[in-house]
Amino acid sequence: MPVNETLATYSDWLYRSALGVYLFAIMLYAVEQAFARAPRKKAEALVGAGAPIPGIITDEPKQPKSDLSRSERIGRMGAALTVLGALLHLGSLVMRGLSAGRAPWGNMYEYMSLLCLAAVVTWIVLMAKFPIRRLGAFVLTPILVLLFLGGTVLYAESAPVQPALRSYWLVIHVSVISISSGVLLVPGVTSILYLLKDTNGERFPKLPSADVLDRMSYRTTVLAFPLFTAGIICGAIWAEAAWGRFWGWDPKETVAFVCWVVYAAYLHARATAGWRGRGAAWINIAGFALNVFNLFFINLVTSGLHSYAGL
Amino acid sequence: MIAFLRNTWRGLTSMRTALTLLFLLALAAMPGALLPQLSLNAAKVDQYIAEHGWWGEFLQKLGFFEVYATPWFAAIYLLLFTSLVGCLLPRLWEYFKQMRARPVLTPRNLSRMPHHAQAVLDVTPEEAVGRAKKAMRGWRMDTGDGTVSAERGYLRETGNLVFHFALLGLLVSFALGKMFSYEGQVIVQADGGQFCNGGIFNYDQFRPGLRVDGTDLTPFCVEIGKFSADYLDNGQPVGFKADIRYQSGADLAANSWEPYTLQVNHPLRTDGDRLYLLGHGYTPTFTVTFPNGEKRTQGIQWLPTDQLTLASEGATKFDPPGVTDSDQRRKGQIAVTGLLAPTPLLHGSILNSKFPALNNPMVAVDVYRGDLGVDDGRGQSIFSIDMKMVDQGRLQKVARKNLALGEELTLDDGTKVRFDSVNDWVSLQVSHDPTQGYVLVFAILIVLGLGVSLTVKRRRVWVRATPQDDGRTLVEVGGLARTDQAGYGEEFTRLARAVLNEEKS
Repeated sequence: MPVNETLATYSDWLYRSALGVYLFAIMLYAVEQAFARAPRKKAEALVGAGAPIPGIITDEPKQPKSDLSRSERIGRMGAALTVLGALLHLGSLVMRGLSAGRAPWGNMYEYMSLLCLAAVVTWIVLMAKFPIRRLGAFVLTPILVLLFLGGTVLYAESAPVQPALRSYWLVIHVSVISISSGVLLVPGVTSILYLLKDTNGERFPKLPSADVLDRMSYRTTVLAFPLFTAGIICGAIWAEAAWGRFWGWDPKETVAFVCWVVYAAYLHARATAGWRGRGAAWINIAGFALNVFNLFFINLVTSGLHSYAGL
Repeated sequence: MIAFLRNTWRGLTSMRTALTLLFLLALAAMPGALLPQLSLNAAKVDQYIAEHGWWGEFLQKLGFFEVYATPWFAAIYLLLFTSLVGCLLPRLWEYFKQMRARPVLTPRNLSRMPHHAQAVLDVTPEEAVGRAKKAMRGWRMDTGDGTVSAERGYLRETGNLVFHFALLGLLVSFALGKMFSYEGQVIVQADGGQFCNGGIFNYDQFRPGLRVDGTDLTPFCVEIGKFSADYLDNGQPVGFKADIRYQSGADLAANSWEPYTLQVNHPLRTDGDRLYLLGHGYTPTFTVTFPNGEKRTQGIQWLPTDQLTLASEGATKFDPPGVTDSDQRRKGQIAVTGLLAPTPLLHGSILNSKFPALNNPMVAVDVYRGDLGVDDGRGQSIFSIDMKMVDQGRLQKVARKNLALGEELTLDDGTKVRFDSVNDWVSLQVSHDPTQGYVLVFAILIVLGLGVSLTVKRRRVWVRATPQDDGRTLVEVGGLARTDQAGYGEEFTRLARAVLNEEKS
């Protein structure tokens, strides 16, 4: 199966453009965050973290168009650029797939690209649901770092994959795992912001209320967790066909299992007195840290059956 | 005493304990990913212990090289599952009660609910109630005097229980699998080599489950036909496949064969066992012509040492023919060792391989003569000679040469060694796990249960219609999500609008 070099080159161009656009979006978000006025104290208190039962939290009042402050407009441009970046990013993945004639997630570079795209799309959806657009810089920065590492350290030429990866399970297992990991990046970041806000809300008046941050983290995790579970199970089904057993404590499998247990602990912590809030946020962060560890350390340092997904 | 037991049980089944145990489980599983494990790579474990001295031995004593078989790991998951059972049984009981329960009566003060809306409408209380009932079609509903109380989302608890019980089921099936499964590996020559699953001695390596003694293996036989591999120009493999014939069940008695193409990702599934193509390599065949004119031809697998180019090393061992005196025989044994290059790359006289497929293969051989040490009762690797014999001078290197196909070398005593041909071998794995079907079923239930329990919300709505003095009706709507408030707002707003909207009636 020959590789279409032209399409591969287009894919690389699109990847770089997406990175540039994301970088620009981050700057715009940062400007908005820097120049936006902190919400007035009263409004803050209504949706404060201490409220026993959170009420309906309506969107922040929509101002008429002409009234948009400058920072507001800059933020909207940031959001628009994020969407544009995601489209370029998607284009880069599609071109990759077409050039190699297979699903575009056969090595670490491509895996990372898909993961980051999932994170960006999650962010776009969250922006539409919660009044949290200004946080874009916090979420897009780690994504950009991962994309940059992917494009430099992990970069691999478009090429066919090994026999063991020639299976429709590549399409299912790897995409589901990669997308769910990408979605889980967002609650990782919002959990960090939650801790900042919860520790010292006064110092971070421009962050949304701790309650909004907590609910965002929870809702995204709850979406990604079943997906992640399904991804692991698909992996087990594939392993049964490719390696002769469905579970063999391969390092990658082990860390995925540990990661799963940690996210399960997160869901339980949120329902346990004394663990709600800060405890849960720490667990969510630990879960994402493990996910990144699984991606980099296990693939690059340890050697296991998953190593061929390497560079 | 009873109080102590009861408190222990309560402590064990509390959520806090379950959380702690979950963390312990995560923590205890980690060393398995970071340290070499016996079950994955025993050689690496030995190397680690050798390199780390007392620390390595200490870790070994604590079982850190077989984490998932240690008592402490078992203790954690057994406690966790006891805790889980203790938590689930009361919930199951509660669940059946809940399933028959009616929605809760409408509370006196609906404006205290986390979700609340009200309006004064130009309808009678009966009309308002009727409208509310219409809006909440599909809810479990009770109507009282001018009130409606409704609840839905019972599936959440169903999903949650299905998930947790499926988790239990998965673990039990997994444990049973570890009892009754077995896994064996064997190398078989292509182009006619046969393997029968008759007993563990047919295997090169066999890993039985705890209750498997090897007497009761599923009978089947395979014969390996042609093996073929495709490579890209850079040597990266594209596909491996072996044409095989197999017989199992009734075919064994009738001695009839079924054809199958064995490929990576496409194991042969027959009679509850699975046969996998794990790898392949090359078997060089050498003919030794002894000074007395007798010939011996042997081909035995060599081991690929470079997975990319399939450069292989091995030792093909010969006994001198017609020598009955064992002392004499031990002086004249011959071993042809060295490197096989499927596609040779020569730097001067140094041979290496540049491509994994066979293109005029060459071997660089060291020929040893003397006592191979194969008679001393200890097992010996088929891929190498016993270097102790060389160190003791009982085995001497008598020639070193590069040979292309058909070339031969002559030893000082006139013995000739000819490099005849190269064939493929395949390495196969037979796996037997009677419970993996159950594991799969439980795994699917886990995903379904999890999806349902995390997407469905248990929530309540109450409506009260109170007639006003002016003939109009005050309609109040209150809402409460029982488990998690996140996301109930939108649905409540929609419902409240349907109940309170005057125009749409």
